[in-house]
Amino acid sequence: MTMTQRQPETRRQPDTIRDEVLAVDGISVRLSGREILHDVRFSLRRGEFAGLIGSNGAGKTTLLRVILGLTAPTAGEVRIGGRSRGRRGGVGYVPQKILLDPDMPLRARDLVGLGLHGQRYGIPLPSRSRRERVDEMLRAVGAEEFADARVGNLSGGEQQRVLIAHALISRPQLLLLDEPLANLDIRSEQEVVALLARIAKEQQVAVLLSAHEMNPLLPVMDRVVYLAAGRAASGTPDEVVRTEVLSELYGHHVDVIQVHDRILVVAGRAERPHTPASDDATPVAGPGRP
Amino acid sequence: MSGILGSVFAPGFFGSEPVHVALAVGSVAAIVSGVLGVFTVMRGQSYAGHAFADISITGGSGSFLLGISPIWGFAGTSVLAAGIMDMIGIQRPRGRDLATGIVRGAALGLAALFLYWDTTHTSTTGATVTILFGSMFAITPSTVPVVLALSLAALGIVAVLYRPLLLSSVSSELAFARGIPVRVAGVACLVAIALAVSLSALTIGAILSTALLIGPAATALRLTTRPGQAMAWAVVIGLVTTWLGIVLAYDSFSWPPARHAWPVSFFVVTLIFLCYLAAHLVSPGQRRDPAVGRG
Repeated sequence: MTMTQRQPETRRQPDTIRDEVLAVDGISVRLSGREILHDVRFSLRRGEFAGLIGSNGAGKTTLLRVILGLTAPTAGEVRIGGRSRGRRGGVGYVPQKILLDPDMPLRARDLVGLGLHGQRYGIPLPSRSRRERVDEMLRAVGAEEFADARVGNLSGGEQQRVLIAHALISRPQLLLLDEPLANLDIRSEQEVVALLARIAKEQQVAVLLSAHEMNPLLPVMDRVVYLAAGRAASGTPDEVVRTEVLSELYGHHVDVIQVHDRILVVAGRAERPHTPASDDATPVAGPGRP
Repeated sequence: MSGILGSVFAPGFFGSEPVHVALAVGSVAAIVSGVLGVFTVMRGQSYAGHAFADISITGGSGSFLLGISPIWGFAGTSVLAAGIMDMIGIQRPRGRDLATGIVRGAALGLAALFLYWDTTHTSTTGATVTILFGSMFAITPSTVPVVLALSLAALGIVAVLYRPLLLSSVSSELAFARGIPVRVAGVACLVAIALAVSLSALTIGAILSTALLIGPAATALRLTTRPGQAMAWAVVIGLVTTWLGIVLAYDSFSWPPARHAWPVSFFVVTLIFLCYLAAHLVSPGQRRDPAVGRG
């Protein structure tokens, strides 16, 4: 199952199916009469690093909750490792905005360990193999320095590393992170992004990270899932982050402007009144799609 | 050496049956309260502990009217309250404040009536003081098996759900993601806290019961960074303060005004408070703003 190079989806059909970790297939979500997501579809393969980009209220958290199985979609299905039903094992999750109490008597290594056996019953006996596994995970995220400090006393970037280790220690095929870069200073932001990109490649985990700002992710992102008004466009950044694609997605004209290495998406003047919404007006995705 | 011992332990201390019962029940209450106290503080549920304490006054005073041991009333009403608090949705902070406030008010109103009847209709004039402030030397030996059974139930819940409760105390979202039945675990934990409060109410009184639940745990959290050690510390602090309180209360029999022992609860609660102060002085720098620091 080792894969050294990504192949075009159309040529290597068997590999595509085998390496497909996440398939989001026509997901729609309607909550109290309002359509939150409309026919969202994309897929992720092992080792792929994807950004789920969208402004506040675009439906990012709802989509992550659907993938986790915490919210039921009104239409469509999510397959993880090819399976659509049953326990959603093999998914690591880092939720948005966890407030860790400074008084909580819990070390960083304890929280990482709970990612391995937190769901088990009974009082844990000391285990050398578990301890080694925790140490290895702490090293992988660069957290060995503050492994024995209280989690509540760590900085935002340090807590983010510990939570990533917590989510990864059960060796999931898919890692979901909800706005992990919010409230981080620029340096920790870069460090967390670099760490996640490295982990995706080294451990062959598919990483899906939601953010309202795509620029910090541009250097490492294999795939972007761009959400606007509940609809999604997905593909490589070059395919998706284009004036035509995003204008279609937003339902009005937007300009995609490149300034040095940064991309700005700005609302432009509407050339013509655009009526969105018939079902076949699904935005463009990657080239391999029918 | 025997002179020192003689001046600490007044004559007859080790031979007295009320002292034996007080030591047994007090120790059990301290152990259960220490373990559950750490979870209460970690889960931010000390409000629930206070509500259980108030509501258990109703049960305790009702038991006096019926002529049964107050432990039945304490445990019955506080476990019932745990169920009600879950039903009205303690997950929502706003709803839980209003709902617990209303249930608490109604329960205390009922307690006022029961305590009035206790003091007017029965000859036990000490009922009010016993229920509110405890009376460790007045616990009947027949209560001990009940106390043991309830404490085993509370500790059993913690032993089974130790890890799921720890993780859901950190974040219910993380617990959900690991497939933990967060709500079921939460209700079980509330029931265990209710049992701890009723054991504590039996020893140091319903009003003071949260002192034994919260005090040693809050002190322990300042002394260690590990959950298991925090529980061990809370148990040790609870045991030592309870034992010392019993010894001092027994000694106080000869203190002014003579021939009347001071209340055990006064000594226990004061000692717990002193421990908490001392821990603050020992480790003043535990708190650090998580926003400050390395990136």
